[in-house]
Amino acid sequence: MKKLFFEYSVEAGNFTKAGDASSNFKKVLKQLNVDPQVIKRIVVALYEGEVNIVAHSVGGNIFCNIDPKSVNLILKDDGPGIPDINKAMQVGFSTASAKVREMGFGAGMGLVNMKNNVDFLKIESEMGKGTKVELTVNL
Amino acid sequence: MAKDNKQFYHALKVSYDSCIGCSHCMISCPTEAIRIREGKAIIYENKCVDCGECLKVCPVYAIYIEEDDFNKINNYKHRIALVPEVFFGQFPAEMSKKQISDAILAFGFTEVVEVEISAPILAAQINNYAAANPDVKPLISSFCPAIVRLIQVKFPALTQNIMLLKPPIDITSLYVRKKMSEEGVQPEDIGVFYISTCAAKIAAIKSPVGEDISLINGIINMDTLFNKVFKYLKNEKSQEPEEVYKSINDTFSGWSLTSGESSHIKGRSLAIDGIHNTIEILEKVENEEIKNIDFLELRACDESCAGGVLLTANRFLVAETINNSKVSLQEYQTLDINHYKDYITERMTIQKVKPRSMMKLDENMEIAMMKLKKASKILQSLSLTDCTACGAPNCQAFANDIAQGNAEINQCFFIQRNKEISGEITVEESVNELKKIWGTRKFINKRK
Ligand SMILES: Nc1ncnc2c1ncn2[C@@H]1O[C@H](COP(=O)(O)OP(=O)(O)OP(=O)(O)O)[C@@H](O)[C@H]1O
Ligand SMILES: [Mg+2]
Repeated sequence: MKKLFFEYSVEAGNFTKAGDASSNFKKVLKQLNVDPQVIKRIVVALYEGEVNIVAHSVGGNIFCNIDPKSVNLILKDDGPGIPDINKAMQVGFSTASAKVREMGFGAGMGLVNMKNNVDFLKIESEMGKGTKVELTVNL
Repeated sequence: MAKDNKQFYHALKVSYDSCIGCSHCMISCPTEAIRIREGKAIIYENKCVDCGECLKVCPVYAIYIEEDDFNKINNYKHRIALVPEVFFGQFPAEMSKKQISDAILAFGFTEVVEVEISAPILAAQINNYAAANPDVKPLISSFCPAIVRLIQVKFPALTQNIMLLKPPIDITSLYVRKKMSEEGVQPEDIGVFYISTCAAKIAAIKSPVGEDISLINGIINMDTLFNKVFKYLKNEKSQEPEEVYKSINDTFSGWSLTSGESSHIKGRSLAIDGIHNTIEILEKVENEEIKNIDFLELRACDESCAGGVLLTANRFLVAETINNSKVSLQEYQTLDINHYKDYITERMTIQKVKPRSMMKLDENMEIAMMKLKKASKILQSLSLTDCTACGAPNCQAFANDIAQGNAEINQCFFIQRNKEISGEITVEESVNELKKIWGTRKFINKRK
C-alpha cells in the first residue's frame, strides 16, 4: 500500500510559529482529496498537539504518516514530561504559565479536544525524558 | 434568467486583443487560478472565485466584466433598477439621491429600489438563525459571493459554517416581485436589474450557489450606469430634491461597508475586508486556532463594497460619504418592505453550500499521493525564486502543474540554462519553450 511521510520540527516557546506544521500538513491533506470534515478533525488534533509542544515542552518533532486508509501522527518532545497523564486529560486541567494564558492558550481543553477528534490516541510520558503522543484518524 | 449550462459561470474575462502577457494578474490571484500561455493570461475556471483582484492590477484593462446589453431592460414592461447604496455614495454631496434616481429613470428604468432596504429584516433573521444554530461557530456571513466561492474551493470544511440565508439583493428582489404582483403586474413583465459592484455578484446571480433560480433578470455594471448618470446630472440644471422613492432620503444603512453587518449581530464578531486578510483568518478558523467567535463578516474587497471593482469613485471617500449619513436600522423599519416581513422570512433560506475543493491533485487518493510525491520531488529541483518565467505564479504551483500534466519541466528558465550547459538542449530549444509561454512577440529583437 502506498504511503507518504512528512516530518516537522517544533520550536519550544515560539508562539509565532505555532500552527505552521498544522497548516502545512493541512495543505497536503487537501491536495490528497481527503474529505474536508476529516481534514478538519486531523488538523484540529494536530494543532493542539503542536501548541502543547510549543507551550509545555523543550521542543520536539512531529511525524506524519499517510496511507489511503488512515493518517497516523506521532508528536514527540524531549521533556520535561507529564507527571500525571490522567489528570492532564481532564477538562480544564492546565499548568500553563501566565505568559501562555496571555497568548490565549491554557484553558486545559487541548488534550480533550484532541481525544474528541481522533479514532485512536495514546500518550506516553517519562519525566525528564519527554512525551510521545500518537494518534490515528481513519479515512 | 436562463441558467448557463456551464457549472460555474465566471464574469471575469480576458480580452486577448488587449492582454500583453505581463503576469501581474497571475501574481495577484489569491487562488492561483491564472497561468500565462502563448503570451496571454488564461483563467482556470474551477479555481477562479471572481474576486476581481486580477482586474484591479491589470495595467492595460485587458480583464473585463461581462455585462448584459443595456437594451435588455426594454424586454420588460416594468424595469426595476436594484441599486446598492455604494452607487449613491459615489456622487458629490450636492447631488441628492432623488436627483440620482431620477437620472436613472431617465435612462429607461421605471423604478429605482435601493438594495439595502432589506437590511433590518436580514439583521433580525441572522440573529434568529444564530440562536437556532448555536453549534455553528463561527457563523460565516453569506453576503459576499467571492467569499462563499473562496470557502468552497479553498476551505471546504468551512462550507458548513456559512449561514444559509439569502443576501440583501435577493431579499429586496423578492419584495419587489411580491409587491408588484399584488398590484396586478404579470410576473413576466417584471424585469429586475441589479446594478453590480463587482464580478462576484454577477457570477452569483448567473450561477447561484445554494439557490435554484435567480431572482434577478439582468445585470448592469455599476461603472456603465455611473458614467451615464454622472454625465446627465452634470448637464442638468440642479433641481430641488424631493422625497426619494422607496428609500430614506439621503441617508444610508452602511450594510455593505466593513462592519455594516457584524455590528448588528449579537455576540462576539469580527469584520474582515480584503481577500488576503480573509484567507489568513479562515486558515486559523479551520484549524480552530481562533475559537469563541460567534460571527464572521468577510468581504473580498478592501473597504467592502465601497472597494468593488466596478465603482468609479475612491473607496475611502465612498465609505466616508456613507458613514457620514448613516442612520440606525431602526429608521428603516418605516419602509414599505417591512409589511412583507413574514412573506420574506419564509423564503429566506438557501440550500447547503457544497464544497468543491480545487486543491486536490487527483480525485483518487492513491493517484493524488503519487502526484504529490512527484510534485515535491520536482520542487526540490527548482530555483525557488518564484520568478514566474515558466508561466505559473510560483515554483510550487509550477511543480503541481507538472505533476498534473499541465506543464513541462523544460519550461523552467533555470533548468533550461543548466541543460544548455550540459548540452542536453540547445539555446534555440529553450527559446522555443519560452515562446510557448510568453508568445513569439516578446522574442523579436527590437534593437535591429
Ligand atoms: N507535550 C507536553 N509536555 C509537557 N506537559 C504537557 C504536554 N502536553 C500537555 N501537557 C500538560 O498537560 C496539561 C493539559 O494539556 P491541554 O492541552 O489539555 O491544556 P493546556 O495546553 O494547558 O491548555 P489549552 O490546550 O486549552 O490551551 C498542560 O497544562 C500541561 O501541564
Ligand atoms: Mg494545550
